[in-house]
Amino acid sequence: MSNIGITQPGVIESGTGLPPATSLRAEPGPIRAFWARLTARRTAMVGLVIVVAMILMAVFADWVAPYDPIATDWGAIRSPPSWAHPFGTDEVGHDVLSRIVFGARASLGAGLTSVALAVALGLPFGLIAGYAGGIVDLLIMRLTDALLAIPFLILAIALAAFLGPSLTNAMVAIGLSATSTFVRLTRAQVQAVAAEEFVEAARAVGNPPWRIAIRHILPNIVPAILVQATLTIAAAIIAEASLSFLGLGQQPPEPSWGSMLNVAKNFLEQAPWMAIWPGASIFLAVLAFNLLGDGLRDALDPRQRT
Amino acid sequence: MLRLFAAGLVAGIAALSPVQAQTLRFGLMEDPDALDPTLARTFTSRMVFAAMCDKLVDIGPDLKPVPQLATSWNLSEDQKTLTMTLRPGVLFHDGEKLDAAAAKYSIERHLKLPGSQRRGEIAPIDRVEVVDDLTFTIILKTPFAPLMAQFTDRAGMMVSPKAAERLGDKFSTAPVCAGPFKFVERVPQDRIVVERFDEYWNKDQIHLKRIEFRPIPDGTVRLTNLRAGQLELLERLTPTDLPQVTRDPKLKVGSTIELGFQSIVFNPNRAGSAVADPRVRAAFDLAIDRNALNQVVFSGEFLPGNQWVSPKHPAYVKEYPLPKRDVAKAKALLAEAGVPKPSVTLTVYANNEAPQVGQVIQAMTREAGFDVKLQATDFTTALDAADKGNFDAYLYSWSGRPDPDGNTFSFLACKTPLNYARYCNPEADAALAAERATVDLSQRAEAWKSLADRVMADRPLIYLFHRKLFWAYSTKLSGFTPYPDGLVRFTGLMLN
Amino acid sequence: MLRFLVQRLALAIPTLVIASMIIFTLQQLLPGDTATALSGEERDPEVIAFIRQKYHLDQPLPVRYVLWAGGVLQGDLGESIRLQKPVIDLVIEKLPVTLELACLAMLVALVIGVPMGILSAVKRGTAADTIANGIALWGLSVPNFWLGILMILLFSVQLGWLPASGYVSPFESLSENLRSMAMPAFVLGNAIAAVMMRHTRAAMLGVLGSDYVRTARAKGVSPLRLILRHALPNAAIPIITLGALEFGQLLSGAVLTEQVFSVPGFGKLMVDAVFNRDYATVQGVVICTATTYVLLNLAADLLAAFVNPKLRRA
Repeated sequence: MSNIGITQPGVIESGTGLPPATSLRAEPGPIRAFWARLTARRTAMVGLVIVVAMILMAVFADWVAPYDPIATDWGAIRSPPSWAHPFGTDEVGHDVLSRIVFGARASLGAGLTSVALAVALGLPFGLIAGYAGGIVDLLIMRLTDALLAIPFLILAIALAAFLGPSLTNAMVAIGLSATSTFVRLTRAQVQAVAAEEFVEAARAVGNPPWRIAIRHILPNIVPAILVQATLTIAAAIIAEASLSFLGLGQQPPEPSWGSMLNVAKNFLEQAPWMAIWPGASIFLAVLAFNLLGDGLRDALDPRQRT
Repeated sequence: MLRLFAAGLVAGIAALSPVQAQTLRFGLMEDPDALDPTLARTFTSRMVFAAMCDKLVDIGPDLKPVPQLATSWNLSEDQKTLTMTLRPGVLFHDGEKLDAAAAKYSIERHLKLPGSQRRGEIAPIDRVEVVDDLTFTIILKTPFAPLMAQFTDRAGMMVSPKAAERLGDKFSTAPVCAGPFKFVERVPQDRIVVERFDEYWNKDQIHLKRIEFRPIPDGTVRLTNLRAGQLELLERLTPTDLPQVTRDPKLKVGSTIELGFQSIVFNPNRAGSAVADPRVRAAFDLAIDRNALNQVVFSGEFLPGNQWVSPKHPAYVKEYPLPKRDVAKAKALLAEAGVPKPSVTLTVYANNEAPQVGQVIQAMTREAGFDVKLQATDFTTALDAADKGNFDAYLYSWSGRPDPDGNTFSFLACKTPLNYARYCNPEADAALAAERATVDLSQRAEAWKSLADRVMADRPLIYLFHRKLFWAYSTKLSGFTPYPDGLVRFTGLMLN
Repeated sequence: MLRFLVQRLALAIPTLVIASMIIFTLQQLLPGDTATALSGEERDPEVIAFIRQKYHLDQPLPVRYVLWAGGVLQGDLGESIRLQKPVIDLVIEKLPVTLELACLAMLVALVIGVPMGILSAVKRGTAADTIANGIALWGLSVPNFWLGILMILLFSVQLGWLPASGYVSPFESLSENLRSMAMPAFVLGNAIAAVMMRHTRAAMLGVLGSDYVRTARAKGVSPLRLILRHALPNAAIPIITLGALEFGQLLSGAVLTEQVFSVPGFGKLMVDAVFNRDYATVQGVVICTATTYVLLNLAADLLAAFVNPKLRRA
């Protein structure tokens, strides 16, 4: 569960993770410069291509998959890879390739949705905590710390178990578990930006606090959030697979890579192909988001380029 | 920290004794619950009790009671007084004598201990009276045919009154019974260890020195351990793993058809239920090909069935043989009922096999027009939904009891705890009352027939198949005999 | 320094209290309670009512929280209803197994991660650096339960070298213990190794660029000596600090690793407890995990503050 570590507080605070957002502001044409730096990084582009390809595969699964992923073929139970079934079939005669293709929906969907949820919750709370300070800040941060005190996956398992096993609930569980990271990150960024002269200036002119937060602070912290979000998607994909592997995510017969592995481990000897492809898919998806996230980070912070 | 160290030290010393040649390592499918015959509730705990706690009577291969702790018994003419005579000279593991007073104590404990899981099984008992040192009588409120069958299971297990008094509801931490092996230690989720009791009444037949029960929930892992020589015996082998075992010259397989059943329980009374009409339930039944289901999911190893007992059971009602799949008739019934495309949510446990069964049923019934949605949940969520009536159809499994009453009464009698279908039919109730009231076999057969007449027409639940219970064991183990109750008899077992 | 410690502790305690409240409240979302799970096949209504009453399941939530928290303050984490054992005993029983797994995994992580990090920092920009970074990326991206399954497939099923699962106590047989732990430790350590590699690389790059090392190099200290005697000791503190923070990750990973290899440790205890509605055990495990995690964070902070006094202002 390595990438889950990325969402842990220590990594970010210790400074190996993210640049202060302000580093971008002074540069001319930041977006174009950033894009140039990103495209210059081959590994990041590889990641981007894989991510885009997988998203396309998930979106157009109906056209890509050779079979209906939940259609059973009793004549072909656990049959090894063949021309008819390039990735073989599973314990009730589903075509594994088709399930991999459709499983991308569950995995990528869970990754994107849960992180979107985490950002949607984390960003406003972080903004409020960082900008308002005082008792509000204290309350939000105590709650955040409490959630961060429970390791990410353990919290997600507990939440998923308590909400009941389903893909939606797994997404909610992962999203909630990742929220505190974004609260913390946003707050730290806000505090850094709020001290800047241009924010002081906006305040002096008499702009209301919410306006300063949205117009002046938010745009400056977006890059840092974007990097963290990309890396968290990788963690969320593994988390979804983990929950499904434990039986707390996607439910049969709908496919998900994690639940396919859960079944496959019972047939390791008779049908090893059932275990190979879903795992390889998870690996590829996570790798792609990690590559892209690393690339984004480096591209956003020229000082840290290595 | 000190406690941690001490715990480690104790574990270390306990582990120093080498694994003996006559140590049987037995892989269980799950970690048993409390080791108290009165409070225990799982099938797996019975595996361990089979080594520790003898019963008043045991079950024979023909499902009839045979002597164990009681050597003889006699039922009065009015079927309300049972007189039992105990085996002389039997000792509990703590050296206490098993006499009529101890038997009375044990039965009363089953009846009265708060939280007793046995009370319902022997509820018709009014009181127990000691006649002499070895003889006692059980007086019933009403005739109760399944009583002897209950005594072949946990309700017939005798515990040492002294230990039970001392430990109270903590008896499970150090159970003291009168079986061939005595309790040594338990490490939750890791092992339960028992050791030969040297003063056991039948000690000449006990060759094993020690048994280690090891819970390993994953079937594949359990088998891998057996093949690697880390176990000598395992229970509930997955049928699809069978070829691997038969191929292995160092392993053997034992099997028996379970006493229980696998079924689909319908909830016709739920508001807006698509299965409210019995014709829809009949169509569902007709859409299922039980033989194909057995082939696909269980490699054809289980036994397709359609009643509360298997077709091989003496109480099977022969007038209702296994139905054949008939999709055309199923469609016709649905059209007749006015619901050509009923939408049914089928609740299944999220274990290894149930979702597979669910998926096959989903595919089969789709051909008749059903739109089955699967809802895989954990055990407790499913039970909660069943209790509250929050389900359409529920893939339900029952481990079975030696007497068919244990497979029917609580499911089909009006307002009984396992009657998840909320089935309530006066004729069925009358049939159930009739089978309970007599031990006469032909009268009971008649009652089973009239019960089947109702249930096969109303279909509050449909029975699908009966599992075969498989044990795999090392060829080093001899004397292994499968019993119909699915429990291992350790008497006579030997490791070479 | 003492003030800093007191400050940090004062923050840690409410954190734990709130964490316990969150977990306690969340459990009530589940359909079915312990009594449902425990009532057995027969589901006797009287038994269900009895269990509810015995374990205060019929009391309102705040009352139960106070009852539980009161016990925790006296070192009593409650009783596992399923196993009829005090949770603290279960924790004490399972903790050594997971600790052993965690320590072995950490060892694997250090043995792989630190040398690789040093190598990639020293040989920055070369093929060795690229390869090391590639390996780290692999470690970060491979789902550890899948890696576990693949290893079982290769080493147990195909080659038959290592047991697929199970746990042998080191007191029973040390060699068997290590054989049974080899795959789980590697699988768990693999992920941490990648993180350690990245930390080591960053720390080493920082130290190697410092005036102090440059001076030593100018003095003609041999490269190997320079790395081992001058650069590494300075990079060690951040590596250790960050390593301590990986503990949470280690615990998260252990849950799945233990599940794949059927290792009877903390993670398995928790997963089984979740499925059996064994609330007391879930709470106990989460509270122990959170406490350890918070303490380790605290220790890491203290260590960092000790090394870098500027941080003490925080």
